[in-house]
Amino acid sequence: MTEPTGPTEPTGPAEAAEAAEAAGNAQAPTRRALIGWGGAGLALGAAVAGGAVAVARTGDEAAPTAGGAVAFHGAHQAGIATPVQDRLHFAAFDVETDDRDAFVAMLKDWTAAARRMTAGKAVGDGAYGGLPEAPPDDTGEALGLKPSRLTLTIGFGPSLFEKFRLAGRRPEALVDLPQFAGDNLDKARSGGDLCVQACADDPQVAVHAVRNLARIGFGKVSVRWSQLGFGKTSSTTPEAQTPRNLMGFKDGTRNIAGNETDRLKKFVWVDEKDVDANSAWMTGGSYLVARRIRMHIEPWDRTSLREQEDIFGRDKGEGAPVGKAKERDEPFLKAMLPDAHVRLAHPDSNGGATLLRRGYSFTDGTDGLGRLDAGLFFLAYQRDVRRGFIPVQRNLATDALNEYIQHVGSAIFAVPPGVRDADDWWGRALFTGSSTKG
Amino acid sequence: MRPLSRPFRLSVVTAATTVAALTAVTGCTEKSSAGADGVIAVTATDTTCEVSKKEFPAGHVELAIENKGSKVTEVYVLFPDDRVVTERENIGPGTKQKVTAEVKEGEYQIACKPGMKGDGIRQTVTATGSGKIAERDPRLDKAVASYRKYAQAQADETIPLVKVFADAVKDGDVEAAKKAYAPSRIGWERTEPVAESFGDIDPKVDVREDGLEEGQDPEKDWTGWHRLERSLWQDGKLTDRDSELADQLVTDLEDWQKRVGTAEITPTSMANGAKELLDEVATGKVTGEEERYSHTDLVDFKANVEGAEESYELLKSVAAENDPELTKELDQQFAALNTLLDKYRADKTGYDFVSYDKVGEAERKELSDAVNALAEPLSQLAAAVVK
Repeated sequence: MTEPTGPTEPTGPAEAAEAAEAAGNAQAPTRRALIGWGGAGLALGAAVAGGAVAVARTGDEAAPTAGGAVAFHGAHQAGIATPVQDRLHFAAFDVETDDRDAFVAMLKDWTAAARRMTAGKAVGDGAYGGLPEAPPDDTGEALGLKPSRLTLTIGFGPSLFEKFRLAGRRPEALVDLPQFAGDNLDKARSGGDLCVQACADDPQVAVHAVRNLARIGFGKVSVRWSQLGFGKTSSTTPEAQTPRNLMGFKDGTRNIAGNETDRLKKFVWVDEKDVDANSAWMTGGSYLVARRIRMHIEPWDRTSLREQEDIFGRDKGEGAPVGKAKERDEPFLKAMLPDAHVRLAHPDSNGGATLLRRGYSFTDGTDGLGRLDAGLFFLAYQRDVRRGFIPVQRNLATDALNEYIQHVGSAIFAVPPGVRDADDWWGRALFTGSSTKG
Repeated sequence: MRPLSRPFRLSVVTAATTVAALTAVTGCTEKSSAGADGVIAVTATDTTCEVSKKEFPAGHVELAIENKGSKVTEVYVLFPDDRVVTERENIGPGTKQKVTAEVKEGEYQIACKPGMKGDGIRQTVTATGSGKIAERDPRLDKAVASYRKYAQAQADETIPLVKVFADAVKDGDVEAAKKAYAPSRIGWERTEPVAESFGDIDPKVDVREDGLEEGQDPEKDWTGWHRLERSLWQDGKLTDRDSELADQLVTDLEDWQKRVGTAEITPTSMANGAKELLDEVATGKVTGEEERYSHTDLVDFKANVEGAEESYELLKSVAAENDPELTKELDQQFAALNTLLDKYRADKTGYDFVSYDKVGEAERKELSDAVNALAEPLSQLAAAVVK
């Protein structure tokens, strides 16, 4: 089936039906909008081919349509350096099949569905107009909604490499995370053979995407755990204010921005120098650490302002580091208490270790004790976790904040490079063995 | 390149196109009514409901509906006694919808309901039996006949087993009644969608306490298997009321036995019934809600799967022609689920399953995953059969 190139004006009932069929209930709000995205897409294609990814993502941002579409194809997967959207639905899956061909077929189906959904189109033949006797291909709850900058990002967990006898292709950097001080990990919220991160400005669009992928995956994969997130807690756009976490503080001010090409190259994207022939498929990819961090909300709220500010090493109003006036003033770490969060997490305290954070707040109602089941769903991308998350998290063992938080879920994934074009699919280089270089 | 393989319908459509092409070559008229002359255009406004023709050949008809009015409308095809042949709701102003139906020779009414209220604006139409009635694939007729026989046999075999159960209850023999309980339900569970099509029987025999309607008294109004299940497992004793309930259960199920042969069964209802059986498993059995006192959920589970498999096997030859990938997938998923279920019984021919309260969270998740893996492709079976 070919992708529709633009809306056509139906001239009669039969043509109308055919047009609807061909478009698969495409959600193109207006012709102008569609042409707009098409144009952006072409420009992106050219930019990405030249390796100027930051420019490409800036292009997304500058797209004329609010809530528009983020390009799916590119050298890197969207959803990493892309300006952080407001909402998250993250899902970790277990592989249920040992049939490699069936799994590969699913990855191709997922890619095709992701390609459509990120463009604001319905999956397959759409949500209506098909055979009345069969359930529609698309579940339909995103009909009429804008693409909402949906990005879908896939990652492969360490256990996947065992399941398909790909141990030889497991990148050395995809380590099993060590036990960290204070971890109280729930197996039912940890791990997974693969993951999908769906980010969008509209929660319904993100949920729709994961729901449809889960549905396509039934029999091949099953959802192991998932997490909804709201209120991004970090920014990848330098001009934006750092959002606040549920403790009311700005955190992650020095996050890597989507247009900082040099820092992305240095800290986020896997370079060809990092990988040997067996793991060359990871070139242009990244490593993702996901942590469900529960906050002890009620005790925190009973903590004095001074202690709260001491714990973070920032003031609560402006977010300025201790002794400074503005949020973005360079922090003087030694002015902070030795166990202040910012002091311990800062690259200068970690041999320069830097992460690209795109975490979200979460609240899953209350637990049986009436306590808010809430916190931070921490997502961090990096070129090598051994020089990224692991040293930083180890350094946080003495963090004063630990009294008020607990890590309860944990997972790590190798996030392959982007899907290049219409013939490419998620994981192709890993499963077919062809190099992604060049 | 085909962007989606299973479980999506694109492959079905592709297969159907092939079948249509073959049909044209062989000159078979089976699908002819789906061509341009078979379409009835229905133009609805806020005050009118025009149809392009009032007489058409019986068989497969297609309504091409256009709402030119300002209100949301709905369109019905009705039997003379107002029973619904087919309907389409929520047709917005300025939109077009297609509805298809199989109609026999006779008079019908087409009704448009602007604002989705009232009896609607009606037109009388006639389906003529001019020898052009679309013939159903004889293999599908055979499948329906076989399934009808199967449903009857399940009811016939259930009655003596229910009597064993009822007698034990009346004898006050708790142990014997407990033993006879799950086996007495197997035939019902295998054919549940058919049994449920008689809306008045299901609430009498298979309702759970939380299924009672507002104002119903559990002590007086709750009847059937699950009420007795509670007496046996929770109360651990049997009363005179339980004896009455046992007799009532036999009477109600004999009613089912008498009427099961008259059920409206079509190839698509068989296919969708198979999926519904899996849905029963997914919503009631996997959670352990169905048999909350006896924990015999896995017996029902197995019976549901067997019933679904029976429908599938009968429809498989036709489905395999239209969508071989689908039947391959279904064969594989049925086998996988059955293998998984076998882990919970020592004797693979018997129905002595592990008590569901002994099945851990991880195992339940595994069962749930296997049900999803089967039910998703099974939901495509109806489409593969009708194409």
